[in-house]
Amino acid sequence: MSKIHVTTTVNGDPVEFLADPRETLLDALRDRLGLTGSKEGCGTGDCGACSVLLDGRLVSSCLVLGVEAEGKRVDTIEGLAEADGTLHPLQRKFLEHAALQCGFCTPGILVASKALLAKNPDPTEEEVRYWLAGNLCRCTGYDKIVRAVIDAAAEMRGAA
Amino acid sequence: MAKDEMTREFKLVGTRALRPDGLDKVTGRARYGADFALPGMLWGAVVRSPHAHARIVGIDAAKALALDGVKAVVTRADFPAGLTGSDWDIQENVMAGEVALYDGHAVAAVAATSALIAQEAARLIEVSYDLLPHVTDVDAAMRPDAPAIRPGSADHTVPDGMSPNVVSYIEYGRGDLDAGFAEADIVREQTYKSEATHQGYIEPQACVGQLGADGKGEMWVTTQGQWYVRRDCANVLGLDVAQLRVTPSEIGGGFGGKTTVFMEPLALALSRKAGGKPVKLVMSRAEVLRATGPTASASMDVKIGMKKDGTMTAGRVEFRMQGGAFPGSPVPDALKCAFAPYKLPAVLHIGYDVLANRPKAAAYRAPGAPMAAFAVESLVDEMARELGLDPLELRQKNAVEEGDQSSYGPKFRKIGLKEVLAAARAHPNLAAPLGPNQGRGIATGYWSNYNGDTAVSMAVAEDGTVQVSVGTPDIGGSRASIGLMVAEYLGIPYESVRVNVVETGALAINEPTHGSRATFANGKAAVAACDQAIKEMCRRAAADWGIDAEAVEWIDGAAQPAGPNAGKFPPMSLAEIAGRMSDSGGPIAGHFEGIPRGVGASFGTHVVDVEVDPETGRTTILRYLVVQDAGRAIQPAYVEGQYQGGAAQGIGWALNEGYVYGADGRLQNATFLDYRIPVASDLPMIDTVIVEVPNPGHPFGVRGVGETGIAPPLPAVANAVAAATGVRLRELPMSPPKVLEAIRGRRDG
Repeated sequence: MSKIHVTTTVNGDPVEFLADPRETLLDALRDRLGLTGSKEGCGTGDCGACSVLLDGRLVSSCLVLGVEAEGKRVDTIEGLAEADGTLHPLQRKFLEHAALQCGFCTPGILVASKALLAKNPDPTEEEVRYWLAGNLCRCTGYDKIVRAVIDAAAEMRGAA
Repeated sequence: MAKDEMTREFKLVGTRALRPDGLDKVTGRARYGADFALPGMLWGAVVRSPHAHARIVGIDAAKALALDGVKAVVTRADFPAGLTGSDWDIQENVMAGEVALYDGHAVAAVAATSALIAQEAARLIEVSYDLLPHVTDVDAAMRPDAPAIRPGSADHTVPDGMSPNVVSYIEYGRGDLDAGFAEADIVREQTYKSEATHQGYIEPQACVGQLGADGKGEMWVTTQGQWYVRRDCANVLGLDVAQLRVTPSEIGGGFGGKTTVFMEPLALALSRKAGGKPVKLVMSRAEVLRATGPTASASMDVKIGMKKDGTMTAGRVEFRMQGGAFPGSPVPDALKCAFAPYKLPAVLHIGYDVLANRPKAAAYRAPGAPMAAFAVESLVDEMARELGLDPLELRQKNAVEEGDQSSYGPKFRKIGLKEVLAAARAHPNLAAPLGPNQGRGIATGYWSNYNGDTAVSMAVAEDGTVQVSVGTPDIGGSRASIGLMVAEYLGIPYESVRVNVVETGALAINEPTHGSRATFANGKAAVAACDQAIKEMCRRAAADWGIDAEAVEWIDGAAQPAGPNAGKFPPMSLAEIAGRMSDSGGPIAGHFEGIPRGVGASFGTHVVDVEVDPETGRTTILRYLVVQDAGRAIQPAYVEGQYQGGAAQGIGWALNEGYVYGADGRLQNATFLDYRIPVASDLPMIDTVIVEVPNPGHPFGVRGVGETGIAPPLPAVANAVAAATGVRLRELPMSPPKVLEAIRGRRDG
């Protein structure tokens, strides 16, 4: 199948790639652009490990075609920290709270949490739990993840 | 460190140090199995049987091979014949021979220049089958008229006259069982069943394999044990083990499921056939659920005798477990764990390992313990309620302690069950008031923990920092805990130690990260390795000072004269010795190869409050408490994480998870949508209490914390549901329809 030329913006940088029209955005990020921070845990939109922001909206990149990124803005885990490496408060809080074990779901959960805090800077425990219900974690039982998100939100509100 | 020093204050052990792999994991930089790529790499895809049991009549790959970009197709014909025992089982499971044994069993594989071409080629491979009768239920598989799955698989333990699917029989016990039951005021017997569940690691199996015509190969793979991958791949393919070099990636969860191989040998077989080009294979979630190793399904009879005051007089279990179409269900460990928490004068264990047309079971966190705990702890709870006894008090009355003979044989060394039960009793969750449709459940679980083949090396760098090479992939923070122990022991900062998980060429054989062994075994091995280096550093200092090496001791990260008679010299730090090592005798290092002795067993007790919706049968977890003996928590946050994660997996097993097979023997729920593991909104915060009864067999008192915590949730939740509804569910999962049916049965009855 002939490939399609796609021009898009990833983490603020202009990028181009050739996509087979059957390929997902996740495949394009991982295999065309070398951004392997987004993970495939299921390929069916059930686990959230591939979560990215598409024009600011939280999506499962395994359910988006690579060609759909044309002209849009994609934000992935690789763009969460500042350009000089300064960590986002969510990243710092995940480390401090030991909110990761194997770490495989962590990129997706961080991206999803960023989207949550953009909408709701002061979420309750229940709001965090329901927002992250689409991000599976098999290691932690979610306890430390929820605490880390709530703590990061508090810090970000204080800093604002 | 001597035993009497174990109670001293530590500087680093017990602190919540940040994990050394943390930064990579929050930035997306950490490389997992599927993140690896090589120049000229091909992509593979696997053709799998859609049938539960079928003779393979023919495989026609002509159309696939005609597709542009297809480089190789392999079938069983590409593997050596004549393997025996477990090597043959693994080979049979990796690639079907004459018969496909379960839905999802691999029958062919293809490599091509892209993943899409490989997937298209796999669809073009035509396999013709003759269907055979199948069986997926363990009790049905044991009937005399059940379809025979792999005749001749039974070992010498199986008595005559049993179904050919019974491949192993276990019977052992002690004491006078009849007398024990006769002494009891009540004797109760029940049957419990649990469905197979999957480890559910979020990262699917993935590898890149490369194998040349010279028999030399390399593999990059997500695994709990690179040496097991090396050994199993070599055996399945007829290679020399040491000619294969296996490098583990970061691992996205394993829970036992990544201690063996599934499609990894296929990548090597494809590579060899494609002229040595590296081949990448990544499983889909459906492949993970259909064709990697879930745990066993179980059917279990339990009989217990009890006096009115709750004293247990005798116990008997008969466990039947299917572990797929191959021997190896976890029935031996299930039996071992069944009555482990209890003092019992008479006990009998009977077990059957049974074949069924399901994927080959792999280890899953404390293999067998959760099912055993579900059966025994449910019946104990039923009897406590019947006698009007407090379930926690009943457990305290019968609890084992140091010196007691265990139900399965050996005497217990120092254990912490009584301390665990006392800590549970003291927790505020036990005083929380319960409302209508709410109930509280309590249960205890046991895991023996494990040591295994262990090789560790440590080496001093020129600036006095230290590297430690270990062979156990880090799943939940083991690099942090090993780093803490090494830094503590050497007397240097935690930040001065780098712990590396290394490839097979860098150390002697290591068993995987399994059996809750990583922190126990590596910690003990690393201390032995450090002792060698310390001895050498003391020798270097002694030479510099012109005194006897025996007159130098290691204190606070420096060589120091041992007492005033040794001479007066200022302490010589590790960094000073390291800076001069090339001039004082060369590299300084230490290593350990062996099986660290002194494993410490671990008990845990869980307390859960649930609310059951009488209209829908849905169970909500209101409160959850884990109390478990860690021996010593090296990094408490990761110990809590193990407790919480085990509880969450156990809650999923109790309420939701289970393999669903249709009448056609096909798996009906091979997606995360239908095989539903707990999500964040299903759970409350999970309270933890780390009990520390140090293991005298370990320099820091470590027991191992990974596995015990998945055993108690199954019965604890079942006991809570019984308390909330007044009905007892003896079959897992306790899904809403089943709970609703039970509640309605009670109302109607």
